[in-house]
Amino acid sequence: MTGDHGELPVAARVRRLEERLIAAGLATDAELDGVLTQVFASASPSNGARMVARAWTDPGYRSRLLADGNAATAELGLPVGHYRLTVVENTPDVHNMIVCTLCSCYPTALLGPSPSWYKSFAYRSRAVREPRAVLAEFGLELPGGTEIQVWDANSETRYLVLPVPPEGAGDIDEDTLASLVTRDGLIGTAIR
Amino acid sequence: MTRFAVGARVRARTADPDGHTRLPRYVRGHAGEVLAVRGTWPLPDLVVRGISRAEPVYAVRFGAAELWGSGTHSVTLDLWESYLEEIA
Repeated sequence: MTGDHGELPVAARVRRLEERLIAAGLATDAELDGVLTQVFASASPSNGARMVARAWTDPGYRSRLLADGNAATAELGLPVGHYRLTVVENTPDVHNMIVCTLCSCYPTALLGPSPSWYKSFAYRSRAVREPRAVLAEFGLELPGGTEIQVWDANSETRYLVLPVPPEGAGDIDEDTLASLVTRDGLIGTAIR
Repeated sequence: MTRFAVGARVRARTADPDGHTRLPRYVRGHAGEVLAVRGTWPLPDLVVRGISRAEPVYAVRFGAAELWGSGTHSVTLDLWESYLEEIA
């Protein structure tokens, strides 16, 4: 699972599509670059991490986050996407993980650009079929009794996982807590 | 109006449309339970043909044993009302 998109066939497919759009006069290279720059300028897993850290320290925010992800995103002044954000909460007994089996749907604004493995056929097909084995390959060995809930972002809902807070989270400040949260934790392929 | 209530048992249709759909093949014909109603959204199968027709979308949870014959995990996905049928 390399992070080098240049080696992926999909990169060549995207480039061919871009060339067709440009040839048809529908877009220019500069316009496409501008859109991508704008999207990725603010898209970062630190956004999702801020939401998680707030939920860990503020029970009221946690309730609002679980009830309405879009409103809770706006509450922190973070970019709200054209989708319905649903936050799924891990507990000591339940572990959530997200996948998009049809393409690669993902709340980019809150998690940053998706990793290439998230878009791979292997992850998309195996996450729904043998999630425990997939998680083990990420180094996440869950206890046998942990219930695994997989969420397929096949439609208009995008998901963010709320991980279990670390021990003693109540005594740790919000910024430090946010620094403990990773992109993979927000996808559910890491513990946090 | 929504045709299915939270908690209802539903089955994903087996129809294999010619064009675009967001009904993944791996749930077709399988039974699941309505977990939540996600509001109404345009049916993507028609959107790609330039027709905007909104209908209710349901979060439906399927058990691994139902989908794959084994396993204890669940898979939840959002399905438009026309992708679903009642279980008699």
